[in-house]
Amino acid sequence: MNRNRVGGKSGAAGITVLLAVLSIIWLFPIVWVVLTSFRAEPGSFVPNFIPEQFTIQNYVDLFADTSVFSFGRWFLNTLFVAVCSCLLTTGVTLAAAFAISRMRFRLRRPYMNMALVLGMFPGFMTMIAVYYVLKSINLTQSLVALIFVYSAGAGLNFYIAKGFFDTVPRALDEAARIDGATMSQVFFKITLPLSKPIIVYTALMAFASPWMDFIFARIIMGDNYEKYTVAIGLFTMLSPEFIDQYFTRFAAGCVVVAIPITLLFVFLQRYFVEGITGGAVKG
Amino acid sequence: MTTDVQRMSLPRRIVGGVAGFFTGLGRKAAAFFNIFRKGGASTRLSYFIMGAACLRCRQFVKGGLYLLAQAAFLLYLFTAGAPALAGLVTLGTKTQGWVFDEELGINVLQSGDNSMLFLIFGVLAVLLCLLFLALYFSNIRTAWRLQELRRRGKPIPSFADELRELMDTRFHVTLLALPVLGVLVFTVLPLVFMILIAFTNYDAAHQPPGNLFTWVGFANFGQMLFGSSRMAGTFFPVFFWTIIWAVLATFSNYIFGILFALMINKKGVRIKGVWRTIFVLTIAVPQFVSLLIMRNMLNDYGPINELLLSLGWITERIPFLTDPFLAKVSVLVVNLWLGIPYTMLITTGILMNIPEDQYEAARVDGASPLVVFFKITLPQILFVTTPYLITQFIANINNFNVIYLLTGGGPTNSEYYFAGHTDLLVTWLYKLTADRKDYSIASTIGILVFLISVIVSLITFTRSASYRKEEAFG
Repeated sequence: MNRNRVGGKSGAAGITVLLAVLSIIWLFPIVWVVLTSFRAEPGSFVPNFIPEQFTIQNYVDLFADTSVFSFGRWFLNTLFVAVCSCLLTTGVTLAAAFAISRMRFRLRRPYMNMALVLGMFPGFMTMIAVYYVLKSINLTQSLVALIFVYSAGAGLNFYIAKGFFDTVPRALDEAARIDGATMSQVFFKITLPLSKPIIVYTALMAFASPWMDFIFARIIMGDNYEKYTVAIGLFTMLSPEFIDQYFTRFAAGCVVVAIPITLLFVFLQRYFVEGITGGAVKG
Repeated sequence: MTTDVQRMSLPRRIVGGVAGFFTGLGRKAAAFFNIFRKGGASTRLSYFIMGAACLRCRQFVKGGLYLLAQAAFLLYLFTAGAPALAGLVTLGTKTQGWVFDEELGINVLQSGDNSMLFLIFGVLAVLLCLLFLALYFSNIRTAWRLQELRRRGKPIPSFADELRELMDTRFHVTLLALPVLGVLVFTVLPLVFMILIAFTNYDAAHQPPGNLFTWVGFANFGQMLFGSSRMAGTFFPVFFWTIIWAVLATFSNYIFGILFALMINKKGVRIKGVWRTIFVLTIAVPQFVSLLIMRNMLNDYGPINELLLSLGWITERIPFLTDPFLAKVSVLVVNLWLGIPYTMLITTGILMNIPEDQYEAARVDGASPLVVFFKITLPQILFVTTPYLITQFIANINNFNVIYLLTGGGPTNSEYYFAGHTDLLVTWLYKLTADRKDYSIASTIGILVFLISVIVSLITFTRSASYRKEEAFG
């Protein structure tokens, strides 16, 4: 990369070529896994990049062959956890953010400080203790436990939503207050309808995380394959005893998981950008 | 990659928080005695029988709830609470094992104390005591408020009134009830618990219920930081690699992300939207998926090596993930692939917001493109993204996914205590927890990582330009 060309006028064509090369590098892994998912030859490593024979058998087996793993079940498990924790997390995050942004109360500062300090501990340092807490209420190896774990931290992740609420003009609240609206009415009837981008952003992040997390899922589910989510399921397929037989199926699973999330992101990209930049810039 | 919380005003908050805590405590203690001195009969009675003032003012539901809470707490304290608190001190005394039974005349298996449960119930008991104290003080505040209302001849709010308040001026209580409960049960309680573990000898050799573990003070920290054992010999190299990784990963992503955004935004480059979408696509693919794919691609027998071999560019397979040095380079490069799109997205937003007339004016004055970049574009980007940069640095110190999924910390280093060449402190912590059950050591590492994060944030935040601006806010 020559810095001068970034600012220069003549480099547009050169930059386009460079962008094309970079795009190929960026898409290479994605293309490879899609190709692998249609590969008829078994095994994890094959010398040729493009498969010799194409098949959709991997996808069929992924859902139909439930002898060792049942991917369809994992998918539904994850979907269930994702939907529930998305609803719960979004509600909790927005509630906390609104309280912190709009209300003034004694414990407001301490609460914000607590969120900052707690955020500095490595998240999964607590996983063993969380496991014992869940065990004491008989909730290990259950999907409900996962929903709790994913949503419980939401009370601390209010900063981005708070930053957004801070930009909603306060004059609107005050006008409504004068007209006799209660704070709950302000929240539901004024602030929320004006906060679509941040609601979508929060919900999207909450929906996506169960598909990706496997630290907690692995600890909580142990070896109960039935209750696995797709993330730990696919990870298990790559363990040495399974990888040769299951690699192409793993690739198919990756594609199946990636498609819904990718579609969500592409369609909601605008909200996503507003979400991160809004949060990062406004602080 | 996370787009975590802002930690803009951290130093001030910590210092202010600690100072505020102690002055607040002093004020509370003073008020506690003052109210008793100035209080009427029912207010004074509330010091001993909770809810007395409420009952006196015919707030039967509220007063009854206070009274019930007190009765329940006292019952708990004398039955389960006191033993649990005592257990927190001893962490169990009976070891599981064979004991001679006088009556039977043979050895019988004695079920030992479970130190883990002792610790959990002890922490829970402390937490309940604190909650009760908070309730107790709210009872006194209520009594005082009622006395003032009566003195001024104002009406006493009914229970229905107070419920209505919860949807209006005290709406924050309703809003925060669920978040606080979740945080207490799933974050604070486990965290307190794990912090305490760092001061015990709960490791692979002391696993309940077979064995007891007990308090050892700062021994774990001493062993980790000052010992000459393998532990210290692992901690410091892993610590330095964690810092090097965090610096390189953060800044490489940042610089290249900005370059990408600049390239796409450059005048004359067509189909900007297509380029942007291609790079953003990689954000959408779940991270564990792309990382597991990368791990396979970079394998000694993976497609990249095969491709290079068949092209004849190399004659020997490149050990991307199995050579200690190359593995470190590989994780950094893969991290670029993952992280650049984020910085690119944010920078693109900022670039679009820089007013065109600034560039125009610079051009009229004859500034070279380089000067324009360093005097206009870069300062603007830096100003807006400094908090993001710091957040990213902390996130990279804790970047579990990239390391664990790509190399698993490997290649293993036989001189380390169960860690590999690319292990960060957090992945080492994870391995010690999940594979080794060395919980006390793992907790010690967790606390040290926390301290590192706090120190880094304190230093960088006070020096950042955006730090001074935060006062205008919230």
